[in-house]
Amino acid sequence: MDLERPLPTPITPECRPYWDGAREGKLMITKCRACGKPFMYPRVSCPFCASRDIGWVQASGRGRLYSFEIAHQILNKAFKVKTPVVLAMVELEEGPRLLSNLVGIAPDPKQIRCDMPVEVCFEKLTDEISLPMFRPAGGAR
Amino acid sequence: MSDLARLRELSNTVCIVGVDESDEIGTVPGKSQLTLHVEAITNAARDAGIKVSDIDGIFTAGQHSPATIGEAIGVVPRYVDGTTVGGCSFIIMAGHAMVALYHGLCDVAVVCHGESGRSGVGVSPRRDTALPGQFEFPYGFGGAPTYFGLITTRHMHEYGTTLEQWAQVAVSTRKWAALNPKARNREPLTVKDVLDSRPVVWPFNILNICLVTDAGGAVILTRADRAKDCAKKPVYVRGAGEGSEHVMLTQMRNLTFSEATRRSGEKAFAMAGVKPTDFDHIMLYDAFTSGPPLMLEALGLAKRGEGVHFFAEGRSTPGGKLPINTNGGGLSYTHSGMYGIFPIIEATRQLRSECGARQVPNTKLSLVNGMGGMLSAAGTLVLSNDGGR
Repeated sequence: MDLERPLPTPITPECRPYWDGAREGKLMITKCRACGKPFMYPRVSCPFCASRDIGWVQASGRGRLYSFEIAHQILNKAFKVKTPVVLAMVELEEGPRLLSNLVGIAPDPKQIRCDMPVEVCFEKLTDEISLPMFRPAGGAR
Repeated sequence: MSDLARLRELSNTVCIVGVDESDEIGTVPGKSQLTLHVEAITNAARDAGIKVSDIDGIFTAGQHSPATIGEAIGVVPRYVDGTTVGGCSFIIMAGHAMVALYHGLCDVAVVCHGESGRSGVGVSPRRDTALPGQFEFPYGFGGAPTYFGLITTRHMHEYGTTLEQWAQVAVSTRKWAALNPKARNREPLTVKDVLDSRPVVWPFNILNICLVTDAGGAVILTRADRAKDCAKKPVYVRGAGEGSEHVMLTQMRNLTFSEATRRSGEKAFAMAGVKPTDFDHIMLYDAFTSGPPLMLEALGLAKRGEGVHFFAEGRSTPGGKLPINTNGGGLSYTHSGMYGIFPIIEATRQLRSECGARQVPNTKLSLVNGMGGMLSAAGTLVLSNDGGR
């Protein structure tokens, strides 16, 4: 199969539930059972209180576009999606931030605004891997 | 003894006595990065008037361990440090060298760098990419511009900074490069040139982004008593600071304000007993045009959102009141990948009045500040040409 993107590699044991969730259309994030704070990326120790009691929860998938860029060239040869591509940092309503792509909107800095509401969607790359992406909330724009 | 008194005790105890680049910088396809590295060390030793065999402390970052460098120059070091937290590592390690020298753990320290960033000769990248490989590369991230642009866009959103203002940084820096025979790009540059240049990752065009070159650089330090016997007028390390906040950009607490830089600057200024407004010469790590303004804000020289004003009003240019990046910077002079050694070299030369056409008259107090990664880590030096406290 000719993939347009590099697959997430290597999938580490600590992050496996994230990718298992994504395959089923769920955005899973880690949450500290001691202090109650969600965080990403997955770690065995809470970055807020250092507790080792960490669990997984499903995020709502809603958030805001914290920042963005419009890539006209991509250095990684394994990334073959036609440019321009919107590179995004999303802040989930639970708090953690993720890097992703913003889709469903023209790659135009006049149309895209920091803090605009976004929601998760998934792009299936293989039977094993679906990639969390984000689009303007409500789908319409 | 108070914490401040402990810091102050280190101030002015150590001097920079030798600095230089490799024999050539720019496009050097005929030399491996180890050669660039060793050339810089031998040149800096000559500049200091010391023998390479006098070096007994080796401080280096990147692909070469200090063990590799000791072996290459025929030295069995008494002290080694390989702190690698990005391009500012050399600035941080000048501070580490100060501490090691102060305590007598070594007597002559070299902080050194060599990188074949452009030609890739003798380069073998090895990096743990487990996290970016999962959470960043599938989206097209990779390469510094795809991260620093996010910082820049957010700053524009919060403070109303503009593409024109970022371009002013490149224009100011190019004016200095025009006066530096070693600078790679010396032809005049306008704001329009920057805005019309090839788009890479909005908000950056190619002229918002540093060069990619081959280069080595080295800085030799020793205790102040011994520095007086060296070939040139010593430059005192009056203050040093460091900070490290994050690696992954999603972990940076405030995208528009570098906590690592703030902490680094505060420590260096406290040690030196200076205020952020005391400097008459400034070197800031300029991998991107938006970097220096954000550093001025985090260091307390400018209010948040107003760092760009230093460049737009002509303060930073030749003849201006606060010259910034007088070597032409990573934007126009050289940028091998880990640029941090070069601002130390330029500040030292300015404080020695060796800079010819680009010499800033009566420079007495210079600020060197660099970033590692995406404002992830920071190193700060306060340098002066007199030992008075």
